[in-house]
Amino acid sequence: MATLVKRNHWVVRLTHWVNVLAIVIMAGSGMRIFNAHPAFARPGEHFPLNPWDGTPIPSWLTFGGWLAGARHWHFAMMWLLVANGLVYLGFLFLHGEWRDIVPRRGDARDAWEMLKFYLFVRPDHPAQAKHNALQKSAYFAMPVLGIIIVLSGLAIWKPVTLGFITKLFVNYKWARFVHFVAMALLLLLALVHVFMVFAVDPYSLRAIVTGWYDRARSPEARNARPFYHLFGPARATDAERELPPV
Amino acid sequence: MTVDRRRFLTISAASLGGTLLAACDADPKSARKLLAFAERGNRRVEEGLFRHTAMNHVSPSAPVAGQSFPKYMISKTTPIWDTAARGVWRLEVSGAVRRPLSLTLDDLMKLPRITQKVDHFCVEGWNARATWSGVRVSDLARAAEATDDAQYVDFTSFDEDYHESWDMASAMHPQTLVAYGMDGYLLTPAHGAPARLHSPVKLGYKNTKYLTRVVFMPAQNGGYWSDQGYEWYGGT
Repeated sequence: MATLVKRNHWVVRLTHWVNVLAIVIMAGSGMRIFNAHPAFARPGEHFPLNPWDGTPIPSWLTFGGWLAGARHWHFAMMWLLVANGLVYLGFLFLHGEWRDIVPRRGDARDAWEMLKFYLFVRPDHPAQAKHNALQKSAYFAMPVLGIIIVLSGLAIWKPVTLGFITKLFVNYKWARFVHFVAMALLLLLALVHVFMVFAVDPYSLRAIVTGWYDRARSPEARNARPFYHLFGPARATDAERELPPV
Repeated sequence: MTVDRRRFLTISAASLGGTLLAACDADPKSARKLLAFAERGNRRVEEGLFRHTAMNHVSPSAPVAGQSFPKYMISKTTPIWDTAARGVWRLEVSGAVRRPLSLTLDDLMKLPRITQKVDHFCVEGWNARATWSGVRVSDLARAAEATDDAQYVDFTSFDEDYHESWDMASAMHPQTLVAYGMDGYLLTPAHGAPARLHSPVKLGYKNTKYLTRVVFMPAQNGGYWSDQGYEWYGGT
């Protein structure tokens, strides 16, 4: 049956898993660094945007042991994160796969339809290309957040030498806040992503490891919502309904 | 082909996992080597990016931290220069110089004074503003006629054995001061009186308080926090 397709190029698979390693270490060490002064307020000031200003992050979420150790990890792993991100973005650009994630007209409507499907308002899974519209927006937001994280990171790493980058975020304090919030959003998206993999499309795990994906078991083919039709039987897909060659 | 790739990926995943586990180890030797390698590379990048024209700008209308400016020292009690026991405080400028200096606070105040409102960047992540008054380290180097051997500068204090050594380029930055005034007043003991090093181009721990000696040297000399594992360069 010709439903097995090569879904992810090895560059995408490799950068995906390097990213997992880099982001886990960057976020963990970043939160350990944050805990040395777990607030955005300058001494003697208040920071109303963060109601938990002054509350540290639970230490089991942090990495690096102590401030200096976490800084060493952060400033070593940042190169891996940036190099990996550049390889991924370069690949997307050169292979035209940016089309799979860059938003276009109609995506908002499609995302709304997906949402309706997930909320049982609509019975059938909307037709989709490689990703559904919700996935598309998440996979687009992730590299955008990554770029914001790298820029705001440079802004707080070198607030004098690269002061012109710090200026983009107003000043050091706000750059630090942006760096933190963008990290939190990225982690949130990553958590939702992992949840959806297991709740909707566990078959995509194969696609991000070996690259192969069974289209007959796609969420669209299974009409799968989170935890619904999770292991549903393979259904006829467009590929199978194609006219046989004459 | 597929199997090979699968095996390759399995091995990669296993080794990545191994790296993670090694990283969680209390004293991972390989991780230490990797981090030391990264620190050396980062220092080269930081020195390459460093420019004397890149300055810290704080808006003239921005408030200073004032009483909230954190106070920090190694000693259990605030170090105060004991004139009765140690004689008049003097700043020694020595090492790779043709004309070593020994300056009293009055001597220091006769040298060209710079007053600047700048950020203080702490390694912990906070920053605080203050208006510092003092003498540029570059002016001290000129007055003492630092030689070509002066590649590094060690800043020593009378707060226990606290000191930090700097690269010459950062020490010669126009915003690097031996400061004796803060927010329009003479430094208080809590902030490093009689004089301290202050610059926005290095993290707080590099800015030695309770200064006694400025020694120009051909080699770097570590420092109180850098010897304990914090980055030696510590630049901003």
